[in-house]
Amino acid sequence: MQFTFTAEQDQFRDMVRRFAADRSPVAEVRRLMETESGFDPSVWQALARELGLTALQIPESYGGAGFGPVEVGIVMEEFGRALVCAPYFSSAVLTTRLILEAGNDVDRSDLLPALADGSSRGAFALVEADGDWDPAAVRTLATEDGDGWQLSGSKRFVIDGQTADFLIVAAKAHNQVGLFRVEADAPGVTVTPTAVMDPTRKLADVRLEKARAVRLSEPGDATAAIGRAMDHAVVALANEMVGGAQALLDSAVAYAKMRVQFGRTIGSFQAIKHKCADMLLDVESARSAACCAASALAEHDPEAPALACLAKAAAAETYLSTAAQTIQIHGGIGFTWENDTHLWFKRAKSSEVMLGDPAWHRERMLRRWGY
Amino acid sequence: MRDLEELKQEVEAWLTDNWDADDRLVDWRTRLVDSGWAMPTWPERWYGKGLSGAEANVVAEAFSAAGAVGVASGGPGRLAAVTILEHGTDAQKEKYLRRILTGEDLWCQLFSEPGSGSDLAGATTRADRADDGWRINGQKVWNTSAHHARYGLLVARTDWDVPKHQGLSYFVLDMDQPGVVVKQLKQMNGHASFNEVFFTDAYVPDGERLGNDGDGWKVAMTTLAHERRMGDVLRSGETAPRTGSIYEEVRQENAVLMAPYTWYPQRAGRVDLILPRAVETGAISDPVIRQEIARVLIMARTAEWTAKRARAAQSQGKPQGPEGSLGKLAASNVARAASHVHTLITGADVLLTGPESPEHGIIAEIFVSVPAVSIAGGTDEIQRNIIAERVLGMDKEPRFDQGPFRNVRRN
Repeated sequence: MQFTFTAEQDQFRDMVRRFAADRSPVAEVRRLMETESGFDPSVWQALARELGLTALQIPESYGGAGFGPVEVGIVMEEFGRALVCAPYFSSAVLTTRLILEAGNDVDRSDLLPALADGSSRGAFALVEADGDWDPAAVRTLATEDGDGWQLSGSKRFVIDGQTADFLIVAAKAHNQVGLFRVEADAPGVTVTPTAVMDPTRKLADVRLEKARAVRLSEPGDATAAIGRAMDHAVVALANEMVGGAQALLDSAVAYAKMRVQFGRTIGSFQAIKHKCADMLLDVESARSAACCAASALAEHDPEAPALACLAKAAAAETYLSTAAQTIQIHGGIGFTWENDTHLWFKRAKSSEVMLGDPAWHRERMLRRWGY
Repeated sequence: MRDLEELKQEVEAWLTDNWDADDRLVDWRTRLVDSGWAMPTWPERWYGKGLSGAEANVVAEAFSAAGAVGVASGGPGRLAAVTILEHGTDAQKEKYLRRILTGEDLWCQLFSEPGSGSDLAGATTRADRADDGWRINGQKVWNTSAHHARYGLLVARTDWDVPKHQGLSYFVLDMDQPGVVVKQLKQMNGHASFNEVFFTDAYVPDGERLGNDGDGWKVAMTTLAHERRMGDVLRSGETAPRTGSIYEEVRQENAVLMAPYTWYPQRAGRVDLILPRAVETGAISDPVIRQEIARVLIMARTAEWTAKRARAAQSQGKPQGPEGSLGKLAASNVARAASHVHTLITGADVLLTGPESPEHGIIAEIFVSVPAVSIAGGTDEIQRNIIAERVLGMDKEPRFDQGPFRNVRRN
């Protein structure tokens, strides 16, 4: 397992951090969160074409850069820190990984080059009315229709669904879960943006009525392939949460050093400094979990699936508690719309629930360890 | 740096000529101490060879390969040795170092007091000038091994009219005198690993002062810095099952030195026992307990990784990040959570204690030992202050203990 980053990875992080600081200052986050699409196409172009971030985990043979989970984790952490509004996680991490894990060579050749250069974006439609992230809960039906498939069902919480060019849909065919691709503008596909608590990450409902689809996964059950892709996504999300938690901690500490009450900085009161020390311990623990899980995935460590769950549970609890404490340390101003803390607070909650909550992952972790 | 291969051959040759597993322990150690191989990084004049850390590792490997026993490494003795080496006069080094290393003299630390725990510099045990020396009056507490120590490392107040850190001096106290009374201190877990030490007109010649009058705090910092790094001392000695009468002597020595520490694994929460116990008792099928188990395992695992990140960064020469200062606080959280989970797993049997109780009494011992972990060696609250002030750069609390110590409010 890799316990420190290489010099190249440190440089890469610096580059991504500068990009995020330049192109996604908090004023931009606030502007974009009020839009329906939720992102700036010129920033997307830049991160795809200039920095090549969309190509990161795609093998070079499909027009990618051939990097792995550790580098994806670095981007996610920096994007989480700056709360970059872009369909990066949904398309370049999650959808790309599903195609890598479940698609055959033809699918990969068809889809990956355009994902790599950012000219196409995909979203993953998994969850349905019951809000369960387990593929076994899928009820959407896939029926064979000549040389293709027809999908019928309803999906919820599709990240960046309203701006995706295509959707990867988990559906039941012959009572087994498979993955299918539908074009977002195909007849029978209705994508409806949802009013979301966390406006920095857009979600859509997707209604499928006999929508024409192409099968992505091999015939048979795709649960294992979905599981592998979800492990990557979960670890990426854990890294994003660590970045967000770090941004919150930084802001809480900076405020505590500046804010004066009773003739002294509030950071000189043990009530505040002890809170901050605990937050630092939480954030560093979550960082250890997220980094080590990414490293385990990169090294195909057999323990990696359990560690993915560990990282998600650890990072989610840390992010949310750090966010709540940061509001508390800011006091009254922390509860205002004008103060930025609520943007991360909301992201913390949406990330906690997304792809399974901490209790769900803790349970999964024990099962994956054989208990 | 000298050639490491050459060095290795030199040590091996010396060991071939000198190491004998059927020697008397003290004879072997005397020879070892005089050779300089025992403390290779120490100066040549004082039982060392002035080697670098990398070179010393070569020496240690050769010793380990040969199964050769090292010098006495019990905690307080080692602390005394490094402190004397750094601050002692030649006469003091001459008098004490050899017998510490051979294990002939045991030592103890006399720092904490009933009235000054976290605030060590607030010590009120007094040393007053008398007959070319000092009269000591007062009380110390939490003194491991004081009941069989020949000497004590004593911090006492010699000047009450200067600020508190400047009024302390550091002495080597002969424990074998009528003015020194040692009483074992029984802890809430039933063990008695520490002592209280009472001084009534105990005497220290001025020649037994380490460092200048008033430099006690500075000298104590040397001792404390080594104490923090001394986790490794607890795994002391030669434990491999090898043949030779010397190993029996080492085992006996260890049995005495390690006796105060038998409950230390329990103090840390015994995370290693959680899953086996949960399976054995069937608690592993309780969804509520599963959640709690998973939480502890996550805490323990991330703490382990954070420590490894700190070491990895250090070995690459990267600037020290915050991860290095978090270990103690993390360990304390893990221990508390583990203790809680053990009691959940154990159910009503947690009402029992003793050898017939779960895990031969270990579970009961965990519960009553864990409270020590967030107090000993710097309380959680002091750790949080250190993290907030030194790592996060937050302002210190206003102080009320400045000016002449005489005027400072105290217990």
